[in-house]
Amino acid sequence: MDPLAAIKVTFFQECEEQLAELEGGLLAMEGGDHDPEIVNAVFRAVHSIKGGAGAFRLEDLVRFSHAFETALDLIRSGDIPADQETLKLLLRSADVLADHVRAARDGGTVDEGRSGSMAEALKALASGVDAGEADTGDGFGDFVFTPVTIDIAEPATAPDLSIDDLLARVTAEVAPADAPPAEADSVWHIRFYPQVGLYQKANESGLLLRELARLGSIKVGLDVSGLPTLQNMNPEDAYLGWSVELSGPALEEQVIRDVFEWVDGDCYLDIVREGAPPASAPAASIDAVGEVDVMALIRAAQAAEVPGAGPAPSATTDLAVRAEPSKPREAVPDAKAQAAAREASPQTIRVDLERVDRLIDLVGELVINQAMLAQRVAECGLQRASSVAVGLDDLEHLTREIQDSVMAIRAQPVKSVFQRFPRLVREIAAMTGKEVRLIMDGEGTEVDKTVIERLSDPLTHMIRNAIDHGLETPDEREAAGKPREGVVRLAALHRSGRIVIEISDDGRGINRPRVKQIAVDKGLISPEANLSDDEIDNLIFMAGFSTAATVSDISGRGVGMDVVRRSIQSLGGRINISSRPGQGSTFTLSLPLTLAVLDGMVVTVAGQTLVAPLTAIIESLQPKAADVRNLGPNGQVIAIRDTHVPLIDIGRSLGYRTVTPPPTEGVALLVEGEGGNRAALMVDAIQGQRQVVIKSLEANYRPVPGIAAATILGDGRVALILDIDAVMVPKPHEGQATSPISLAGGFDLSAVPMSLAKVG
Amino acid sequence: MTKTILTVDDSRTMRDMLHLALTEAGFRVVQAVDGLDGLEALDAAQADVIITDINMPRLDGFGFIEGVRKNDRHRATPILVLTTESDTSKKQRARDAGATGWIVKPFNPEKLIDAIRRVAA
Repeated sequence: MDPLAAIKVTFFQECEEQLAELEGGLLAMEGGDHDPEIVNAVFRAVHSIKGGAGAFRLEDLVRFSHAFETALDLIRSGDIPADQETLKLLLRSADVLADHVRAARDGGTVDEGRSGSMAEALKALASGVDAGEADTGDGFGDFVFTPVTIDIAEPATAPDLSIDDLLARVTAEVAPADAPPAEADSVWHIRFYPQVGLYQKANESGLLLRELARLGSIKVGLDVSGLPTLQNMNPEDAYLGWSVELSGPALEEQVIRDVFEWVDGDCYLDIVREGAPPASAPAASIDAVGEVDVMALIRAAQAAEVPGAGPAPSATTDLAVRAEPSKPREAVPDAKAQAAAREASPQTIRVDLERVDRLIDLVGELVINQAMLAQRVAECGLQRASSVAVGLDDLEHLTREIQDSVMAIRAQPVKSVFQRFPRLVREIAAMTGKEVRLIMDGEGTEVDKTVIERLSDPLTHMIRNAIDHGLETPDEREAAGKPREGVVRLAALHRSGRIVIEISDDGRGINRPRVKQIAVDKGLISPEANLSDDEIDNLIFMAGFSTAATVSDISGRGVGMDVVRRSIQSLGGRINISSRPGQGSTFTLSLPLTLAVLDGMVVTVAGQTLVAPLTAIIESLQPKAADVRNLGPNGQVIAIRDTHVPLIDIGRSLGYRTVTPPPTEGVALLVEGEGGNRAALMVDAIQGQRQVVIKSLEANYRPVPGIAAATILGDGRVALILDIDAVMVPKPHEGQATSPISLAGGFDLSAVPMSLAKVG
Repeated sequence: MTKTILTVDDSRTMRDMLHLALTEAGFRVVQAVDGLDGLEALDAAQADVIITDINMPRLDGFGFIEGVRKNDRHRATPILVLTTESDTSKKQRARDAGATGWIVKPFNPEKLIDAIRRVAA
């Protein structure tokens, strides 16, 4: 990629971070946090966006961020109070700024009206203080960033000069090589007497003279009359002065002054055009003026042993002038403050995701290898206390630790998805006319990057629901004796190796009679069904259930909680609801920390070892002959409590066998697909539960219908991980001859989509 | 001899831009992400010129410059302040802290290299 394009990508990534910082800071301020560092961080965020935008000539973004920054600067300085009204404006401005960033990134457009009125509001806010200062103009329009190569003139040809050479009258004509002295030149006389401050700021007289030399042809005289005797000389002081005759075509005084821009106030400077009446002479006489080689001066200054001492003392180093060693002073804040600050912004490196995934893959191999080794060793009948067995235990611990650490590399705080919600909440609140406060907790909780990315949509949907359906209008709340402002809480935490995310509201809660009625009306349950409160609440997850009388703009178009549940399940997660009428509802999501390992039930089917994802399994049971009924030649159903579900022989549907053994001899796994449909899967025996490393079949072999992925067990055998949804779908070509695959001994290869997580 | 520039900026974009412009011009570049990081990088970097941002977390540009000037080994290193702020008060504060000069953002590479030339032989 073109390096500038790559920087642009970085810029937009950084913008997202800055926008998050901005919003977080403004929300903290809105919540009453008056820490000046927060205001600073908020200012910096907008400032950085503007800086980068300027470099890339993103003019709309520059213009808006400039207005924003100006207002923030006045808040930072305390000229504008950060009251609630102002903070609301700033939060909305942050949203518009985000729109500008994304428009610049994706080539889209922003809502001109909204952006314009917000920019006006910001300007009005700033102009309330000082209209003149509020908009200083940005001058970003004419900026072009084109990398160029420019050689810096090295004073390589200057001869080494001693103090005598310097003090001797050396005449040097220094002129730019390509600019021969012109005739009708203007001639300027410049007297330049540096003060000690000039050297303390690391400016160099020699370099300033070199800059003058670039303007035309110069003659330089050195005034050493200010030099004290050796005993009285302070090597860090400034004693020398220069007089320069500069001639060049059409030289303006301002151009000459610009050379001295950075030392203004740190030197005596007198610039007179030849023919003009001379200004008063400096206090020092200039009878010892000499003409010296500018480059030699620079060299002499460079050779200084005492940094910052300036040319004069440096040139006298061979006179054995010794600098007073100054006391080392504390240059940085105390270590504690540093440590605290470091904690606040940990150092990071950016690594290609592919490398991390490769590492995760290898660690998966390591885990498998270690398990195999352990099993082999166990087969040798070694004592538990033998050194080999003990060493293996250590290896196992280390392997687990490495696995956890490597998984942690892919882990990201949920903040990256949570941070989108304050804006969402503001927008939905505005659309529904409700007053909402969003409380977020545990944003630092970490989970696999892929999980985070796929959490965004379901969480967005649930937050919309919580406001749209969960919370009452302010008037309703007031009537119910609640504060007008409703609260939506979003919290993340780690619990027993999984991440739990709770979305709760203090709204009206689930209207159970209505939910049950809808379920009956839609034929989802029978009118006689006797359901517990919990079961009624969970009806909202059923496919086709939607309580909204009309399709709402906010909660999506006909997309219900069943879709949310399906996406959570596709991540190997579970979702639950608990609700109390009049007090609100809480949705609880429980998700695996990674998609690279899976909690599985290891089962035996027709001599094959298979793994069923634990998240799909509701229960396992031993079928009784009385509960099983035949439906046609190939179909069977099993009665589980008050419902009948299809009984599917995994061995047959995967092509391992053609005759189904009596169900009473095996075990049935009651599973639930992503769509909420249930089935009982017949297996021969359950070996146990274990965590397995997911290996992609697509990447290593080819996609196999009915199989989501593979894993390698401790004994080295490949075990296939079932794609529950696929095996539940009745096969269209049942009974037709199919080409078996060698890996597992004969599959029906009819195209059944695989839906479980694919890792590879 | 290749000159080394220490860049101190909390913005990755700016650091990358400086890196691109400076390496294209033949400089060696050492990067620091804020004032404290910059102070810590001083010894290792052995910079010929330092370019620093003003607005940074942990330790801002003013504090950083003061820190460099208090460090006997690096107090004579030229420091250029790089900031979008073109207003005089910020420049003056930077100078008071010990800045050698400044570059007003947005900069182009010519402006940048020109500023370095003015403080480094």
